[in-house]
Amino acid sequence: MGITLPILILALPLFMFLLLGIGGVKMSRKTAGVLGILGMGTTMTLAYIVAFTYFFSGDAAFINAEGVRQQLQVFDVTWLAFTPKLVVKLGFLLDPIAAMMLVVITTISFMVHLYSWGYMEHEGGFQRYYAFLNLFSFSMLGLVVATNIFQMYIFWELVGVSSFLLIGFFYRLPSAVSASKKAFIVTRFADLGFLLGILTLSYFTETFNFIDMTSNPMNVLAETGGATFLGCSVLTWAMVLIFTGGMGKSAMLPLHIWLPDAMEGPTPVSALIHAATMVVAGVYLVARMFPVYCVVDAAMNFITVVGAITAFYAAVVACTQIDIKRVLAFSTISQIAFMMVSLGVARTYELPGVHYGGLGYMAGMFHLFTHAMFKALLFLGAGALIHAVHSNDYTKMGGLRKYMPITHWTFLIGCLAIAGIPPFSGFFSKDEMLAAMFGNSWLWGAWMTMVAGLTAFYMFRLYYLIFWWEENPEYKHHRPHDAPWQMSLPLLILAAVSVVAGFIPFGELVTWNGAPYHIHLEAPVAVTSIIVAVAAIALATVMYRKKNPLPSKFRNAMPGLWRAAHHRFYWDEIYLFITHKIIFGIICNAIAWFDRHVIDATMDAFAKVTQKVSYSIRGFQSGNVQSYVLWYFFGALALAAITWICLL
Amino acid sequence: MDLNLLWYLVPSVVMFCCGVYGFVTRKNMIAILVSLELILNSADLNFAIFNRFLFPGSMEGMVFTLFAIAIAAAETAVAIAIIINIYRAIGSTEVNETNSMKH
Repeated sequence: MGITLPILILALPLFMFLLLGIGGVKMSRKTAGVLGILGMGTTMTLAYIVAFTYFFSGDAAFINAEGVRQQLQVFDVTWLAFTPKLVVKLGFLLDPIAAMMLVVITTISFMVHLYSWGYMEHEGGFQRYYAFLNLFSFSMLGLVVATNIFQMYIFWELVGVSSFLLIGFFYRLPSAVSASKKAFIVTRFADLGFLLGILTLSYFTETFNFIDMTSNPMNVLAETGGATFLGCSVLTWAMVLIFTGGMGKSAMLPLHIWLPDAMEGPTPVSALIHAATMVVAGVYLVARMFPVYCVVDAAMNFITVVGAITAFYAAVVACTQIDIKRVLAFSTISQIAFMMVSLGVARTYELPGVHYGGLGYMAGMFHLFTHAMFKALLFLGAGALIHAVHSNDYTKMGGLRKYMPITHWTFLIGCLAIAGIPPFSGFFSKDEMLAAMFGNSWLWGAWMTMVAGLTAFYMFRLYYLIFWWEENPEYKHHRPHDAPWQMSLPLLILAAVSVVAGFIPFGELVTWNGAPYHIHLEAPVAVTSIIVAVAAIALATVMYRKKNPLPSKFRNAMPGLWRAAHHRFYWDEIYLFITHKIIFGIICNAIAWFDRHVIDATMDAFAKVTQKVSYSIRGFQSGNVQSYVLWYFFGALALAAITWICLL
Repeated sequence: MDLNLLWYLVPSVVMFCCGVYGFVTRKNMIAILVSLELILNSADLNFAIFNRFLFPGSMEGMVFTLFAIAIAAAETAVAIAIIINIYRAIGSTEVNETNSMKH
């Protein structure tokens, strides 16, 4: 493969960003929109060509004689050479997950570009919006094709900036501004850990390159030697710190607090950035470093535990939220945590008595793919609802199935997919993940099956409350209707993808070592998960299909739990308490006191002493020559006297 | 009575001290200028005395004295010109009152 296409894939969105960002003010909305959509459409086509060439051409550069897919650096140019060892390169790495992500990012980005044309029609700053979308697409594409961890870090920060810009797009709303700040600051804290991890790891390995590190992870283990820090090996620290960056981006507990607030951004942005692509960067990072993670059991267990707790936590909270975008946000957190657990339970080496190997890896990537499609679908559907009802709360909706049939059917498909009902795509990926978890330990399997049941429950709770329950009487004055074609078309396309994506032979395409893995459904796991999902959906149907007092009875039966879940288990309050009361109130006050009374006071004392002394001796400098002469005379006399005495 | 070095030095010292006393105590610029001339003359006297008694074969001290007298004359002319100008400007030659440039 030549380097033209890969360079174009990166250059085109960057060019469109510059074009729309600089020239946007001179363009009409229509020009900017068409340019943005055409640009992203071209990028998507190019990415498809690259990905399909990689997967299906059978070229020896991509797949060897045994059918093992190869990692290929299409180009890798030196960008910054600080010292002979510390060299930062920029390149384009093509391997199964990168090719898959190219498809996912460009597809969703294109759908969102198209959808935004309808959704953002009446908003100000339309051209700026498209410019930022292109900046994001460029950064995200650069992230997934990074050849080395430093390039990934650079683009990692760029996606953070684009996310910040797009969350704060409605910059006149104070809530949007504070949400964008929150997202940026929380992820910055996580990125600090990421950077420390990169530095620790590369200090020992003396390379940033992914292929060098992952092709022989035992080397990495040997290079760090027996170095330990605080009782853990340095490699464990490095990998956990790198994962911290992923925790921030992928909104794992306890760094998840920014994602629900990020829903202040325009809904298509939530679909693109905060559901399908950017938030899975953490999963992608772990997948990218997977062979190295595998030699550090402690880090893998850490990932599994964090993921499992987050998945459960987010699923419980999602059951009690009123804002439909918040429900979807918590659902996203839960699903990403699902992928994390799936990666965490995977091992590249054979576990005793278990034959699953890298199944968890394949399943996690599979779910990343299907989740991107159906979660983008759900978010875009939510956008269509908000567009029609002008509110984010399901209390303002209800009974919408008659008014918005397209949205209704596509949303239902999204819900069925995420709930894991065959033959929708979510079923297949979730089944593989659960099989991998059961393969590691029945504990994780049972735990995540329960989370899957909760997922089905809260998604159908949302579905019924929006489309069934009871009609909002305001519809008589303002009749909601389906969105224009620019918005409906992406919904239909994504719904179609969500239906069929499960039949993609994913194991043949994306595995941790490139060797094909033949997917076969684990009947007991599949049957269990279907039963759990159907039961959860049935429960949701009973509770929310028609207006009835059952939900409030449940709520009143356990008011404490409900209130805690509704307030997201007070994580934001805990953070506010820690930052405001403890850090600002106690630590910062003490530091401020020290600053004012010790450091400033020392400097003030110097100044005061100098001033006092100056005042007391300023009389000498009278300007009166006669007194100078007198002093001089006596001084000369005194010197003469001293000289005389000495000579005696 | 033999005129030795001391007989010459004592008047010179008396003249110098008178000059310094006058320079420090007088407020009138002309008087200060006169005191300054006294100090200068005592120094000239010392040049001549030391040349005469310590290095009788050479003439440098005498030459310096003449030189200093010439310079003192020129310097006095300049000083008088300045004092006259100050008098025209502020109507006084008292040093206490010539302080308008100090602040």
